[in-house]
Amino acid sequence: MAETATRSKPTSSGSKSRRGGARSSGNRAQQTQEKAALGSESPEQLRDYFKQMSLIRRFEERAAQGYTQAKVGGYCHLNLGEEATVVGLMSSLYNSDYLFTNYREHGYAIAKGIDPNRVMAELYGRTTGTSKGLGGSMHMFDTDVGLLGGYGIVGGQIPLATGAALAIDYRGDNQVVMCQMGDGTTNIGAFHESMNIAALWNLPVVFVVINNYLGMGTTVDMASAESELYKRAVAYRMHGERVDGNDVLAVSEASGRLVEHARKTGEPAMLEAVSHRMKGHSVVDPAKYRSSEDAQAARAADPVAAFRDQLISAGVLDEDGASEIEQTVQADVDAAVAFADDSPHPDPSNLFDYTYATPVANDSRRLPADPVF
Amino acid sequence: MAVITYRQALHDTLREEMLADENVFLIGEEIGVFEGSYKITAGLLDEFGEKRVRDTPIAEEGFVGAAVGAAMLGLRPVVELMTINFSLLALDQIVNHAAKIYGMFGGQSNAPMVLRTPGGGGQQLGATHSQNIELYYAFVPGLKVVAPSTPADAKALLKASMADNDPVLFLENLALYNTKGEVPDEVAPAEIGKAGIVRPGSDITIIGYSRMANVATQVADKLQQDEGISAEVVDLRSLRPLDRETVVESVRKTGCAVIAEDDWLTYGIGAEIAASISDGAFDYLDAPVRRVAAAEVPLPYAKPLERAALPSAESLTTAVHQTLEAVGHRR
Repeated sequence: MAETATRSKPTSSGSKSRRGGARSSGNRAQQTQEKAALGSESPEQLRDYFKQMSLIRRFEERAAQGYTQAKVGGYCHLNLGEEATVVGLMSSLYNSDYLFTNYREHGYAIAKGIDPNRVMAELYGRTTGTSKGLGGSMHMFDTDVGLLGGYGIVGGQIPLATGAALAIDYRGDNQVVMCQMGDGTTNIGAFHESMNIAALWNLPVVFVVINNYLGMGTTVDMASAESELYKRAVAYRMHGERVDGNDVLAVSEASGRLVEHARKTGEPAMLEAVSHRMKGHSVVDPAKYRSSEDAQAARAADPVAAFRDQLISAGVLDEDGASEIEQTVQADVDAAVAFADDSPHPDPSNLFDYTYATPVANDSRRLPADPVF
Repeated sequence: MAVITYRQALHDTLREEMLADENVFLIGEEIGVFEGSYKITAGLLDEFGEKRVRDTPIAEEGFVGAAVGAAMLGLRPVVELMTINFSLLALDQIVNHAAKIYGMFGGQSNAPMVLRTPGGGGQQLGATHSQNIELYYAFVPGLKVVAPSTPADAKALLKASMADNDPVLFLENLALYNTKGEVPDEVAPAEIGKAGIVRPGSDITIIGYSRMANVATQVADKLQQDEGISAEVVDLRSLRPLDRETVVESVRKTGCAVIAEDDWLTYGIGAEIAASISDGAFDYLDAPVRRVAAAEVPLPYAKPLERAALPSAESLTTAVHQTLEAVGHRR
């Protein structure tokens, strides 16, 4: 069940825990008990959610492995622990709807419909990747499925998403923009400026905050004066809700409802999905700032395992069926790794191909070793 | 051929392009009801309505970023930033996003937009409202930066900028808005990245852009008239891409150069031009390249101090004389 910001609530969750402190909100436990009922989705749909969640889980484990093998470079931020949120959110968008994400985006790229082969190839920096190897982990893109980019600057995507919604409104189209971000993002100016503009101009954008309680190593209550982030919507006369991000069905229901409302009315909304990040901020972060209880809680909340159990209890899957899906996604991820490994690296002679969309006279196209003119 | 102001040339171009393309819209602070702080957009709200002439909150990062997002979906936003000083609030959206979208996504998207903004001192506006920080943008691959100095160039370059598929920072100057010049009835879009020889000459090359290109031309005319000195004036017009070839060719011909810029000296546009001359015309130089730029201080409010801090016709004339003395120029 979701909470809405329009309800009047008693004072916020209080305890100002410091590094690795226990999570203070009582809402989390409450929400876990109040999961959406299993049944509004078809069995095929439920199995597909499980398949996608398993695929993202397996994919991210292999991405981490690729990083330790130095096949994947740069930064690498994983969706491990957030699979229910990712799949739930993406289930509410059509291919023609647009998604802007932050840098923690591999799962979103896959769930939005990009072939995992191309996602892995981008991590490997190959020409077959989602951005031809020019973007890497943080900058995937695919117009065909409406992923309008992962962005590496915290909150940089929010004004862009608002502008995409402005273009939709300008043309009188009926797509919706979803703008995904983390809890740490809600304190930057661009967040507030964009929420204001979206509400002021009635733009069809759903701002989604993944609250995993950690902005890198800083807990949400160390960073945000109001740590129940959905309440920030009130300041912009915008509808805001909080949902249990470990529950794929609850996320799907809430985001589906907000997306369709935005589509119908053009009104923006904000959804906070409370989730866990199983690992560090990126693959090189051992997350020493987390208490063992906190890390334990994150592992215990494993949404993939929980959904598997849920489907088996409900008779939607049996053990064999679940294993079969797990084997299929394992094979898919193996294939993605092989595809990435076999794909060509970009050719340095193409270095200057994508600086300008309109070629320029007198461009400084030169390599450091070239003569000056 | 009509004689109109720089302001009028900008206004007319915006209006013509809005009539020609439904996807063009204007966005910025005070551009609608107030008709723009410098009245470039006067009358456009009445003619085109709120959808296409969009007043924004005072929130540069938000509305510049929104323009980038709209451009990614194929609209052609023209953003007015009230002054270049306020563009700093939107630096992330301009430098990290608008400039990078084409490159980092492997050419799948782009941001065809124009960021119009005036810079420059001389109006007693104080340190934060009198800056020439176009260099910050000219430094960034993925952006284009143009700086017209005359009404005709303003029209030709604005047309080119609005037709371009990349983000273009279109630099205006407060001191230029009321200047007049001949503008042909039909103006073709300029070629972005092409400098102009606005006054041919053989004794010395003076390189400038925006206001200082005009100052250079005035100085050159006077030197010719009073002293028989033949100065060639190069107007850069575009700061990125930079037309090094035109500069180098001119210096190869004259053998010496003075650079006139309104920005600060250290690391400024002139430093890049001087390096280009060193790279391409070193063997042709008869004297060191000299630069005339703004004093490296936060621009003071007090009139005599402000005047002393900015490059002028007098300081440029002195620099030309000093350079020609070093050459041993005989008049």
